[in-house]
Amino acid sequence: MSKRIDVKDLNVYYGNFLAVEGVNINIEAKSVTAFIGPSGCGKSTFLRTLNRMHEVIPGAYAKGEVLLDGADIYGAGVDPVTVRSNIGMVFQRPNPFPTMSIRDNVLAGVKLNNKRISKGEADALVEKSLQGANLWNEVKDRLDKPGSGLSGGQQQRLCIARAIAVEPAVLLMDEPCSALDPISTLAVEDLINELKDSYTVVIVTHNMQQAARVSDKTAFFNIAGTGKPGKLIEFAETSTIFNNPSQKATEDYVSGRFG
Amino acid sequence: MTGSSASGRAGDKVFSGTAMGAGILILLVLFGVAAFLVVQAFPALVAKPADIQGGAGFWAYIAPIVIGTLIAAAIALVIATPVAIGVALFISHYAPRRLASGLGYVIDLLAAIPSVVYGAWGAAFLAPAIAPGYAWLAANLGWIPIFAGPASATGKAILTAAIVLAVMILPIITSLSREIFLQTPKLHEEAALALGATRWEMVRMAVLPFGRPGIISAVMLGLGRALGETMAVALVLSSGALTASLIQSGNQTIAAEIALNFPEASGVQVNTLIAAGLVLFVITLAVNMVARWIITKHKEFSGAN
Amino acid sequence: MTATMTPTRRRSHLTKGQLPKYAPWAVLGVALVLGAALINLIGFNAFGWGIFTAVLFTVGLVAWSGAVEGARKAKDKLATCLVVGSFLIAVLPLVSVIWTALVNGIPGLLTPGFLGTSMNGVTGAADNRAVENGTKVLGGVYHALIGTVQITAVATIISVPVGLLTSVYLVEYGNDRPLAKAITFFVDVMTGIPSIVAGLFAAAFFFLVMGPGTKTGAVAAVALSVLMIPVVVRSSEEMLKIVPNELREAAYALGVRKWRTILKVVIPTAISGIASGVTLAIARVIGETAPILVTAGFATAINNNVFGGWMASLPTFIYTQILNPTSPSNPGPSDQRAWGAALVLIILVMLLNLIARLIASIFAPKKGR
Repeated sequence: MSKRIDVKDLNVYYGNFLAVEGVNINIEAKSVTAFIGPSGCGKSTFLRTLNRMHEVIPGAYAKGEVLLDGADIYGAGVDPVTVRSNIGMVFQRPNPFPTMSIRDNVLAGVKLNNKRISKGEADALVEKSLQGANLWNEVKDRLDKPGSGLSGGQQQRLCIARAIAVEPAVLLMDEPCSALDPISTLAVEDLINELKDSYTVVIVTHNMQQAARVSDKTAFFNIAGTGKPGKLIEFAETSTIFNNPSQKATEDYVSGRFG
Repeated sequence: MTGSSASGRAGDKVFSGTAMGAGILILLVLFGVAAFLVVQAFPALVAKPADIQGGAGFWAYIAPIVIGTLIAAAIALVIATPVAIGVALFISHYAPRRLASGLGYVIDLLAAIPSVVYGAWGAAFLAPAIAPGYAWLAANLGWIPIFAGPASATGKAILTAAIVLAVMILPIITSLSREIFLQTPKLHEEAALALGATRWEMVRMAVLPFGRPGIISAVMLGLGRALGETMAVALVLSSGALTASLIQSGNQTIAAEIALNFPEASGVQVNTLIAAGLVLFVITLAVNMVARWIITKHKEFSGAN
Repeated sequence: MTATMTPTRRRSHLTKGQLPKYAPWAVLGVALVLGAALINLIGFNAFGWGIFTAVLFTVGLVAWSGAVEGARKAKDKLATCLVVGSFLIAVLPLVSVIWTALVNGIPGLLTPGFLGTSMNGVTGAADNRAVENGTKVLGGVYHALIGTVQITAVATIISVPVGLLTSVYLVEYGNDRPLAKAITFFVDVMTGIPSIVAGLFAAAFFFLVMGPGTKTGAVAAVALSVLMIPVVVRSSEEMLKIVPNELREAAYALGVRKWRTILKVVIPTAISGIASGVTLAIARVIGETAPILVTAGFATAINNNVFGGWMASLPTFIYTQILNPTSPSNPGPSDQRAWGAALVLIILVMLLNLIARLIASIFAPKKGR
């Protein structure tokens, strides 16, 4: 299932404003890639262009190529909705649908698209997805309770279960732990480690220790100043970025001199 | 990556198109309100003066009832505004916390009672109860033109109608002012209290200056409602020619004039009444526009966001 | 500072120069007695007693406070008295309206058959007999109740889809486009249309399209829709706006189309607020009199056809019974029927308000574990 992503010369604009400039990056299948960098450097914006979620923001658009196993997701006639069912996303704050039970939240991607599914298949999918998100044992007795009744960390894992229930090839995570306490963060990080066996995971984080803990490769984004576009400065093995970066800015950032 | 999307995209188009269509329909309806009123009013504007009620042409017919409308609304506003601000302050800053939301609900109930019930109350209870007061006013203060006798024996004078109007617009002004008062920055209030201000000084220094544009627009909206209110006047006022005295029977408002005469009207009188409605529409539109303008101006200054 | 109160009591310097706690009660007692004495000079009535007492209380408390605590505290006391007083003044008419409706309305409402019969065949002669012989007052509000329910239902059927879809457009598709701005502005304008002008519009429209003098329940429903749509748009818009953007993004990220997201995620999340807003809008238009007066005419008999013939409604029933009693020489029975109908109308409106509150609180998205 897992697929690789290759980005060629991608620019992202908000209206006339160039937010991210000239990104080239190759993300391997079945790996965890972390995006780090100071606030406003465009790492979240860039992440959203990987499944065209930036198009939700009025005036935002991207130019360049993003190839999912060789197919350009910005190609002519490509429907952003199809892109998003191939490339899932988990957000900063857990956002289960408040009107739905835990079970319905997991099935949301299937049910909201009006796909027919038998009860047996649905049960299997719910169990498989919740198992995959390390949440099954905690919620199996209360699948019909509202999802908003869970703790923050459980809610975030429910959102991950919901994302993997549509069986995407890639899972994008936008600072998935920044609203969680340390113990919940640990649970989600453990989960990310397991997810890379079957998915390509891309995670944005402001927490460098987290990047060092969970990722195989790390990309460092930086911004020259306010009003300037964000750029990809360095992309390498995580150990290289943190121990032996080739760029001065990367070294300054990972050693805590700014950001 | 192009599969399964054709029908789905059509769904998006249809849905957004329908939503936009509903919005456009509203614009058409409002345009229609204006257009149909103008078309149906036109015959009255060009009719021979003798054909219009009163025999002196449309403008001679409409002028006194426009003045009557303005008088009734103005009195209602003068009565309702101070009371409404007082009630809003009571709920926002004086009443015990636990009581406040319940009291707000009571005031909302006042707004929910249908206008015809207020009209009936004004005719059955208020007018007879207030008639002796009018007799006293005419006897003792009759030298002031607005209290000139003979006072209406039934109490069905324009002042009674205005009081009923005041009761009806009170909850509107109250609930809007209350919302503004509750938005007063806590910092300003606490700064005033920390300087040793009494509660009233705090209200005067922090709450009222902050709320002034809100109060003004609330009053304007109340005025718009008072100008267009029909039942309170139609049932309470025993109408007649324009008079300066507020306690005699006489005077008339546009809305009540339409309600009283439209059901039995025919021929050019229908057009005359629709033209009167057009005049009322223009007046309330102007009042509401001024109110909205004040609100938007206020928004720019308050530095919200 | 000099202690102006009884020097025998020990007081800390923080409580010096304050009125004792019993002060308001003492002043109130004195004001009640003096007020009663004054009102008896010009003839006793409870309303006058209340006014005199309030004025005397205010004057007494402010004067005492001014003497003991100084001008600033006295001003504060005066403001408090005025604010509380204005609240009491505002409550008076509400109590009076409810009381008048109850006292006058209960006899009408309790007359057997009041809710189940129409005014068909009830003549002035019948009313005169009822007054002269003390027999039962004939006639009821059944036809008006039917008319009100039908007219309001048709108005709701027109207004809710248009209003809800418009609010969806404004919140989900508008993005500050000129069209969205124009709609927002004109919805505001529409909120201020006098109800009788809405009635005239519907009348003028149908006169042009269907011929002069067209008066049916449907015309009235169109008039009520003009009043109802802006209310529905505004309340639904508020409710859709408070649905967190995160939920929309979550659905998009699952590969769900925008229209399905709106229908299956956004609207269900806001549905309790929307429903309570619609209920309040119904409560607002169900009591409208003027627009129905000029669009549906009067009827004394049951008319089940919204699209043909004149139709009665509760508000116009009240209005005509008071203004043109069935028997001009004996308006008593008509008054009784009018107040009975008014009571029915008030109960309907209060029920709708209550239902709106219940919907808002019961069906709100549950948070608990």
